[in-house]
Order: sequence, then structure tokens, then C-alpha cells
Amino acid sequence: MHHKTIVELAKGLRSGEYSSLELTHFFLDRIKQHRQLNAFITVTEELAHQAAKAADIRLAKGDAELLTGIPIAHKDIFCTDGIKTSCASKMLDNFIGPYNATVVEKLNHAGTVMLGKLNMDEFAMGSSNETSYYGIVKNPWDNTAIPGGSSGGSAAAVAARLTVCATGTDTGGSIRQPAAHCGITGLKPTYGRVSRYGMIAYASSLDQGGPMARSAEDAAILLQAMAGFDEKDSTSVDCPVPDYHSALNNALDGLKIGLPKEFFGAGLSNEVAVILELAINEYRKLGAEIKEVSIPNLQYAIPAYYVIAPAECSANLSRFDGVRFGYRCNNPADITDMYTRSRGEGFGKEVKRRILMGTYALSAGYYDAYYLKAQKIRRLISNDFNNAFAEVDVIMGPVTPSPAFAIGEKIDDPVAMYLSDIYTIAINLAGIPAISVPAGFAGTKPVGLQIIGNYFAEDRLLNIAHRYQQVTDWHQQSPKDFG
Amino acid sequence: MSLTAEDVTKIAHLARLGIKDQDRDSYAKDLTKILDLMTQMSELYTNDITPMAHPMEQEQRLRRDIVTELDNREKFQRCAPQIEAGLYLVPKVIE
Amino acid sequence: MEHHPQGHEWEAVIGLEIHTQLATKSKIFSGASTAYGAAPNTQACSVDLGFPGVLPVLNQEAVRMAVLFGTSIEAQIAPYSVFARKNYFYPDLPKGYQISQFELPIIGMGHLDIEVNGINKRIGITRAHLEEDAGKSMHENFHGLTGIDLNRAGTPLLEIVSEPDMRSGKEAVAYMKKLHELVRYLGICDGNMQEGSFRCDANVSVRPKGQQAFGTRTEIKNINSFKFVEKAINHEIERQIELIENGGKVIQETRLYDSVNDETRSMRSKEEANDYRYFPDPDLLPVYISEEFKAQIKSSLPELPDAKKLRFKNQYALDDENATILTSSRQLADYFEAVVKGSDCEAKLCANWVTGDLLGALNKAGLDITDSPINWQNLAGLLIRIADNTISGKIGKQIFESMWLSKGQQTADEIIAAKGLKQITDTGAIETIIDKIIAVNPDQVEQYRSGKDKVFGFFVGQVMKEMQGKANPAEVNRLLKDKLK
Repeated sequence: MHHKTIVELAKGLRSGEYSSLELTHFFLDRIKQHRQLNAFITVTEELAHQAAKAADIRLAKGDAELLTGIPIAHKDIFCTDGIKTSCASKMLDNFIGPYNATVVEKLNHAGTVMLGKLNMDEFAMGSSNETSYYGIVKNPWDNTAIPGGSSGGSAAAVAARLTVCATGTDTGGSIRQPAAHCGITGLKPTYGRVSRYGMIAYASSLDQGGPMARSAEDAAILLQAMAGFDEKDSTSVDCPVPDYHSALNNALDGLKIGLPKEFFGAGLSNEVAVILELAINEYRKLGAEIKEVSIPNLQYAIPAYYVIAPAECSANLSRFDGVRFGYRCNNPADITDMYTRSRGEGFGKEVKRRILMGTYALSAGYYDAYYLKAQKIRRLISNDFNNAFAEVDVIMGPVTPSPAFAIGEKIDDPVAMYLSDIYTIAINLAGIPAISVPAGFAGTKPVGLQIIGNYFAEDRLLNIAHRYQQVTDWHQQSPKDFG
Repeated sequence: MSLTAEDVTKIAHLARLGIKDQDRDSYAKDLTKILDLMTQMSELYTNDITPMAHPMEQEQRLRRDIVTELDNREKFQRCAPQIEAGLYLVPKVIE
Repeated sequence: MEHHPQGHEWEAVIGLEIHTQLATKSKIFSGASTAYGAAPNTQACSVDLGFPGVLPVLNQEAVRMAVLFGTSIEAQIAPYSVFARKNYFYPDLPKGYQISQFELPIIGMGHLDIEVNGINKRIGITRAHLEEDAGKSMHENFHGLTGIDLNRAGTPLLEIVSEPDMRSGKEAVAYMKKLHELVRYLGICDGNMQEGSFRCDANVSVRPKGQQAFGTRTEIKNINSFKFVEKAINHEIERQIELIENGGKVIQETRLYDSVNDETRSMRSKEEANDYRYFPDPDLLPVYISEEFKAQIKSSLPELPDAKKLRFKNQYALDDENATILTSSRQLADYFEAVVKGSDCEAKLCANWVTGDLLGALNKAGLDITDSPINWQNLAGLLIRIADNTISGKIGKQIFESMWLSKGQQTADEIIAAKGLKQITDTGAIETIIDKIIAVNPDQVEQYRSGKDKVFGFFVGQVMKEMQGKANPAEVNRLLKDKLK
């Protein structure tokens, strides 16, 4: 059952082959079996049980949607009413929030069955899931390697088939990179496509929630339910959500694919380069035209991002002060002591680093040189993409410079960690959508292909990814311990 | 741009972030390395470029002036560290 | 304010920053209520509490009120304005930052004209911007702890910053009063200083007269009455002059006014001048104000106090004093005009009754015109009966009192009927009484006829008493004079 697609499962549920309750228990058992992966922070067994029963009732009535009765898990960054939302931080270890994120509401409404909350890098800051308060997540393909981050738990859980699909968030690559490292499909939508209400903020102008699943088709179904205008989010865009599923099988003739020369330069490892070349060849065979383009300011995306994101997060995380919720230190001597110790004890090292960085970049005398400059570079990068999209329909390239690195390899070298974001980060700055699809293996480690589109081109991206998945089977591979 | 442990102390205070004395140097080193990354930015000429705060040119949407949220105090205060008489309690703030 | 010990004449330079709570029903960024006086934290929703993941959405009424204000002070309305985060830590500031406006405020340069000792002066207003209010801290009653109430968090504020154009405590008060009147006129703020709807901070510095450069300024915070503003500022001016003349230097700091001891005190030192690290709030988008919207707002502008006062003087032939009183609030001015229109009486009569009897009674009872037990219809009804001689002015006052006590349940006509107060004008009836009075007071008649004019009043009094005040005084006078000849 864990190899079936959403469409297949939906069929099975309707034909009576199995119930949602059976399906749910099946996955809950798998989760228990594979605790060593550490993909889950919270497993909501009782709630899942109730939701599955309710879904079965809907299915019996004929009042069900495609996702009704389908098990799902949420990155522990989405607030869930009455269920702990920790953001993988000690700061929120005791936080049981009083409301649902809009994304959770929508997916609940569609009848999905939540299995639990998934592990991640603390407050979404990280590229390896090594900064979580609840410990590292193993990569199901290689338990000495990182699964990627910050949506490491989501990627690992989907790859290990502990859930049918999952939600993730992407601020600098946090859906795409773990998807690539774990051999699954992950999409970061256009900024404003998916509501951020209830999605704990890291960098407000860059964060986007998105689907993580085993195929473009499953991701399309999930995105369909997640996307849409939300009046509670001022940055939510009010434009209609297309039918992603029906667009999946569109022909690719005449598709113009751009390959930025900056993506294929010195930093890219040979193994990844080779795999990408083969992937791109498949597109040639499918009728696409390949062109070289340029994102001249690509390299400046890293410094710009590592000013903007920390600056925004330094303010976003100020609300974690021990006053109204979350961790409060013992016996504070006075208010300042309460703040400094609650925050000092509640936050991990990487979070503190970014808060310090952000505070510095915004402080008197440095604003122009750092924050303002970074916002200008952001404009330049956005312009670069605009120019490229005048010549091509989509852009392709790597997700990561190399396959998943070893646990512990980069955790003490923040800059080295940041530099590995080079292919994903610019996309967030521009606010455009991008998808990562499995494209091959370097040894036992999966490698992803990134497809980048213009604003609101999610339907195109899913279509292009789907067509590729019809002629390849990388996405159907399973890590050997999780078959 | 090199940051010292003292700089870290100042910034940490602005952010009300407790940093142990023995860790200040290591944070200073990390931040200095990160700031080195930033020096690249000055290579670009951006005088005539408008800063980009949001990916798309959007206008703030306005909400109607109606009360839509009712008293939910009990639910919201369930996760509070310390409450008395409906108020959040904190160590005394000296004016 | 002149000191000459070293031949220096000093000049005070004062600017005021006034925070007005906008009278919207819901908060600036959330749908919680802004009503005053609710139980703690019952009007603080998840957005106001700064829960993880919540987001702000802007209240259109706050925007309308800001633009209305800007229009009324002839200010530049920014076609494009931006919300910024002002970052600092305080327990009544849930997010650890206040959403405010920094580089691009919604309202730009405008002005307000004041009058002090008969002289007009134009005070510049640098800018006005929208921001959210913080919660309240209670420092007593919690055994050494502080209690935080976040009901107020998120209430819309319009912060109005004046140019440093004022030169005395008097001018500062005049400006503050004028602004107070204006925001109430516009209906954007109820101006209730006790409840914190209208809060004033003053920036004060001194310099030798003729010097262009500003002296170091201090900030006096949260003064909440007109009386205290003048005292606090004057005290601070004196303090600074004395300090400098004694060789000291003014330190830039925040001071609190102590009304008990009539002095300003330094607040606990703010050694780290707050670095607010302003940056545009990424959860909010820029606010665009179109030309159409501006025009719409302009056409909705109510008649402003100055224009109304001038019109009252011209249209109703009122003197300056009455015109000032009657236009001191829009509600009072509207009441007056309704009475004039409704009674069709002479404006002067209406003005006297409104400013005299009505305001007198209201002030005594501590009520505002909006809470008047006598509505304009009732007062108009009373004045009509005075004007048409159904009753005398004196009886009118009796009726006014009855109306007041009955809380406007009865009209003037009802009271006149119930108490039989209708004025007697029947000549025959009056003559009969006059004859009777004359008959029983032969001595006084003799006195009057022998030239003691004053005695006339005695007869008038006696007749009125006999007739329970209901006789038409003019008729009484005429007939008495005749009979006593």
C-alpha cells in the first residue's frame, strides 16, 4: 500500500479494497517500525484514528474528494489546534497552539488524515536537519548522510513511505534540497500562492509552504488543496488556482528550456553534472528545445539571502520571549534576565547565529551597507530571471552541488553550509516557483533535477515534471530498508 | 569586517539573547566569517537600483472595520507560563 | 520668559508628538474589538497576542481616518506609504516589535493655525503616521510581579508630529487644544485623555534668542491634561535655562512630569539610546492612495471649527464668545443649529439658552452635550412658547428644570398643560387682580404717586405673586402704569 499513488489509493478507498482506517493504521505501524529515522516529532495516533473514521463516513456517503482518507503529515512549523507545534525548538517544546494554520485547515477540510508532525531544522534554519532540538533525521537511503533541510523530516518520511505525502516549507531551498537528497518530488510555489497564516515565520518575504510527495502527480493533488487566496494573509495573492491535475499531461513540444551557465560552473560536482545531462537529454527526446541563458548576479544571491533572511527572522523571533507562551526560564531575576535566559536557553546555536546576524545587519550604521544593499541585489536577481524568461519557458539546473553530505560534515562550518544553497536560494529571492524531481543516483544517494518557472507557472512545472516521470522511474525507487 | 566578543555582547543585548561568556568568541568568529561573505555585495554597483522588499508589485489589501474576533481568553491563555486574574505575569518592569 | 543675567534672552523651542487613538471598531491589524474597559485580555485575539504564525491585515477605516486628518490640515497625502517594524523588547509589546511607519508615512507636511492672546500663528505639522498601540502594564497588586493586559495592543494610533514651532507653554496648549478639537470634529478620535485616547509628549529645548541652531532637547512623556502640559513645559524651560546659566549642560533624555511636586524628573536612564532597527514590514504591502480616494475624502470633510465659528458669527450674528463656545464641539454646534432651525426663533435667544441654561446644567452634572437629557426638539419647543408669549422667560426656566428632571420625557407643551403654566394675557383678568392689589395697599399707592418710582416693582411683584407668575409681564406693566396714574 505504501507504494501506491494518491490516485490509486483513492480508487482503493472507493472500491472498498481497504478503508481509510486500515490505511491509516498501516502507516502508523510503519512509523513505529522505523522510529530510528527520527522523522516524526509527534505522532497523532488518536487524532488520525478519528480523522480516518470521519473520512470513511464521507467516502461511504460519496461526499469525498481525491484527498479524503489519505494519510498526510505536516512539517512541525504549521500550527495545529490542540496539537503541539514545536518548530523543532526547545522554545516551543511545550507549545500547544490554539488554532490551525490555513494550510492545515484546507487539508483537514479535504479530508486528509494527519499522522503527525514532522521533524525539521530548528525554526526552519538549516540545510541538513542537524539543528533540531529533537535530534537529527536520518536519510533513508544512507543513514550516515543528512536528509537535507530544513524539511528533512518531511522528505525522509515520504521517501521511507511512512506517509503518503507531506507538507514542507521553503525559504532558501528547504523543500527542494531535502527532496533532492531523499529522492522525492518537492515543489516551492510562487510567493503568495500558498497562505502563510499559521506557518511559523522565518523570513516573511521568502517563506512558502508546498507539497512533498513521491511524484509530480501526487504533488499536484496536494498543491491543489493547499493553494489559494487567504484573506488572513496580506501577502496572499488573489488569483485563481488552475486545475493542476488536468494540466499534467500537456505535451511538451516547443518547450524552451534555459540552462544558466552559472549553474553549471566550477561548484557543481561531476556526479551531479552527469546525472543532469542525462535528465536534460530526456527532455530533448520529449521535444524540448535547450538554450543557454544567464543569471549574471547568481553568486550574490547567497550574501543577499544571508542578510535578508536573518534580518527578517531576527524580528520574527522576537515574540519568543517567555511572556505569553513557549519556554520561560526558571526563577528570572528581572524582566531582562527572563528575556535573555529564556531566549538563550530556548534557542539553538544556528538560530542564535542568525538572530545575531540579522540584528547586526539592521542596526544603526549598518542598515544601508547590508540590508538595503541586499534588497537591491534582490531586485537585480529578480531582473535576471525576468530577462531569462523572456527567452525561455523554464529554467533547469541542479538542486545541490553534490549529493547528500555526511552527518556532521558541515554543521560546524556555517559558511560552507550556506554556500551549498547556491542553486536554490536565488529562486526564493525572486519569489518564483521551482520543483525538484528525482533524476538519478550517485551511488546510493539520490540526485535531483530542479525546474524553475515564472510567476504562477506551477501548472507548467508539474506538467513538465510529470512527463519526465512518465519516461523515467527514478521517482519510483525505494530505499532498501523501507521497501 | 571583524567582530569581537564585545560586539557580540552588544548585539546579543539588543536581541535579548543570552550568550554564555565562553561562547562569545566562537560566535564572534562565526559572524565574522559570515560577514566576510557579505563583502562581495559591495562589488556590485547598485546606486540606481530600487530595493525590492516583496517579490511582486502588490498593494496592501484593506479589511472592513468590523469586529470578527470574540473573547477567547481561556483558550489563548491555556499555554501561558503565568496568569493571574486574566493578566500575563512577568517579573516587575522598573520604569 | 526673559532672563538677563548675562545679557541673554532665551527662546524656548517646543514640538509636540501627539498619539491619537483612532475611533475604529476593530483593531488596526486584526478583527478584535477596540472598546474601552473590557476585562483583561478578552479583546486580544491571536494576532494581537503575537502567536507564532499570525499575520496582520490593515483596517480600511484607519486609513480613511488618517487621510481625512491629513486633508483637514492641508497636508501632503502620500500616494505610497510603507509600514515598518520598530524593534524593542517590552512585555506589553507582544511581537517584540511595533508595526509603525518610518521613512514613508501616510501623511506628510501640513499645518494647524492657533490663536494665543489674540495673535494668530501657524504651527507646522511635519507628518502623521499610522501605528499599533501596545498593551498595558499593571505594576501593583501582583506581589512584586507586573501584570500585562493586551486588550489595547493593536488599537490604531495616528501619531501626529509637529514642527518645533512653539515658543511657550501657552502656545503648546493652544496647539494641543486645537488638535484635540479637530480630531473630535472629524470623528476620528474621542479625545478622552483619562482613557488614554489622546496622549501628548513634548520635546523641549532652549537657545539664546537669535541663534539658529537648536539646543539639546529633552522629551517629556505622557502628559494627559491641558493644565499639566503648560506647567510641565514651563517648568522644563525654567529648569534648562537655570541649568545652562549655572554652567551646566542639558542632557538629551526622557523626563516624566510629576504633577504633585510640579517638576519634571529624569526617567531611569536610557543609556542605550534605543536602536529600533526600523525596516519595512515584510508581512504588509505598501498602501496606495489614489487621486480618486483623496477627492472622495476631501468631499466628505465636515465643516471645520474655524470655518464654522466664522459662519456662526456671520449667519447668526453671534459675538465671538458665544460663537467660540457653540463651536467648541461639533455636537454642540449641531445641537444649536437644530434648535435654531427647529424653533425658528431668534438665534440670539437660542444661543443664550444653549450657552447659559443648557451648558450650565450640563457642566454642573458633568455631562457632555451628547448625553443631554433635553434634546434639541424639546428645547426648541420651549423656545417657541417663549417667543409666542405662551409663557414668560421666567416660567420658561421653570419648565426647563422640569424637563431636565424628567429626563426629557415631557415636552414643554405637556408641562405647560400639566402645570397650567400658560401665561395669562387676558386684560380683564389682570385688571381684576391689579384692582385688588391696589385696594389693599393704599400706602404704597400713595408713595408711588408721590414720586417713589421704585415702589412700582413692589406692585409688579404682588401682582405676579397673586397670579403665580403666569401673567404676561409686559401686560402687567402696561396696565399697572395705567391704573396707578
